[in-house]
Amino acid sequence: MKLLALVDCDNFYASCERVFRPDLKQVPVVVLSNNDGCVIARSKEAKSMGIKMGVPWFQVKKAYLAQGGKVFSSNFALYGDLSKRVMNILEGMVKKIEVYSIDEAFLDLQHVQNSNQAYEFGVYCRSIVHQWVGIPVRIGIAPTKTLTKVASHIAKHTNGGTGVYCLNKQKHIMHVLKALPVNEVWGVGRNLSKQLNQLGTYSAYDLMKMDIGFIRKKFSIVLERTVRELRGEPCIQIQNHIAPKKQIVVSRSFRKKIESLDALKPLISNFAVRAGEKLRHEKQKCSQVSVFISTSRFGKQLKHQGFNSFRFSHPTNDTRSILMGANKALNKAFKEGYPYAKAGILLSQFSCPVVVQKSLFEIMSHRHALKQDESLMRSVDELNSRQTQIYYASQCPANLSPIQKKMVSPRYTTNWLELPTAL
Amino acid sequence: MTINYLGSISADDLPATFTKFFLEPVSVGFPSPANDYLESPIDLNQYLIKNGAATFLVRVSGDSMLNANIADQAILIVDRSLKPKHGSIVVASLDGDFVCKRLQLKPRLCLLPENSKYQPIYIQHGQDLDIMGTVTAAINKFE
Repeated sequence: MKLLALVDCDNFYASCERVFRPDLKQVPVVVLSNNDGCVIARSKEAKSMGIKMGVPWFQVKKAYLAQGGKVFSSNFALYGDLSKRVMNILEGMVKKIEVYSIDEAFLDLQHVQNSNQAYEFGVYCRSIVHQWVGIPVRIGIAPTKTLTKVASHIAKHTNGGTGVYCLNKQKHIMHVLKALPVNEVWGVGRNLSKQLNQLGTYSAYDLMKMDIGFIRKKFSIVLERTVRELRGEPCIQIQNHIAPKKQIVVSRSFRKKIESLDALKPLISNFAVRAGEKLRHEKQKCSQVSVFISTSRFGKQLKHQGFNSFRFSHPTNDTRSILMGANKALNKAFKEGYPYAKAGILLSQFSCPVVVQKSLFEIMSHRHALKQDESLMRSVDELNSRQTQIYYASQCPANLSPIQKKMVSPRYTTNWLELPTAL
Repeated sequence: MTINYLGSISADDLPATFTKFFLEPVSVGFPSPANDYLESPIDLNQYLIKNGAATFLVRVSGDSMLNANIADQAILIVDRSLKPKHGSIVVASLDGDFVCKRLQLKPRLCLLPENSKYQPIYIQHGQDLDIMGTVTAAINKFE
């Protein structure tokens, strides 16, 4: 039987914070979102203190710190580097791997003969990742991707276990699916599970028993695949290649509410510049830039959410065009008199950056100009990746660090000045 | 004459060099005799790092390992995948701090400094000694 594995890093960001802080071994650790707004990762200890995922930091801060909990602003330089290391190790162990997110990967276990070997491989894999990088992982093994998610879920909730769980015997699968609420099945969201509940489908087992034809007609082919996968029939393949991004978002919440257009403009410009860098890094061009601004979810003040887009005549990755489009979209999205708490920029409708022109003369003249623009952007990116900073006129350098990261840990693995020290 | 249709080609498929031909001068001098012998330049990473995924850099603070040629502010190459042996130089965590010392397994578990100014650190029964990794090299910078 063909088996797959899902390797999932435990509380990844919180675990990363511990790699170079042996003193935090048993201490509760939480990591906050950009701007220190919400809790986005919790160690086991923080979870058992009742800190919920996504909770606004200000709501739990006092009680959490009073109980000796430790808090960090997010340090994506560190998380990204440690993630890369984990994925590199996994890549060396199997022929086929799909890096599914910063802390998850699906492995094709085509080299194992049976579930015992698969289990042993899981235990070995887990110990190597822990030894080499210091990150704890759990591993779910099953015949389909959807079932590896279930197995990984069990591996997580089995205390004191090996962190590896193999789910491959039919009888055993039935038993486990009966106890699993349908909304915890991979790919079944809140809305879908509500609809399923109305049809009397409460557990993953109920879902698995539903008629395939009915599912396809009433719901979608996507849910049909989920049902088949729950039955042990592989439908979702391991993808070696990561699909190129379809959109880029840069957004932040503000420390202080902003009411005036003049104060918003430089911030939006900063986002546009960052988005342009990301776009060029992805080697893409976009045809549309959108701006969104919104007031706080909390409190009793006036609420407004503005959204507007600007379409370019030609696909572009030139920051100057993006700035121009963003400015126009902001003017339309903005309404006077609201205390805005968050804003962002969205680039979309990507296309491959090869431009086809119609005539030879156009190729000559246009290509030349385009080349100059491209090399200008390349130079700016190059300079900005070092210590120097090149600003666009509409940016506001003083406002360039609207991200509040008061409690960020050192970039232990990516910056010479922030290496860990030993006595 | 017979014509074989091999397929169509779109402008996207054309190599970038196709247009370079129009826009940039072509060098016409004698080709470099070294072209056939091109090798990549010497890479310090390759020399110092065997297992990149498991290797971390740590900066030394202090002179407790001076006799092992590890000066203050040296950069240590620490490989977490190597099993530390008796006599290995290791980075270990002790009471929440990282220390760089020589590991002694027998007759008693101990972390040895390499400088007579410092005392050996004996690991007490029940005390936790976490070894982060084995030091495979140290870089001392002089200027």
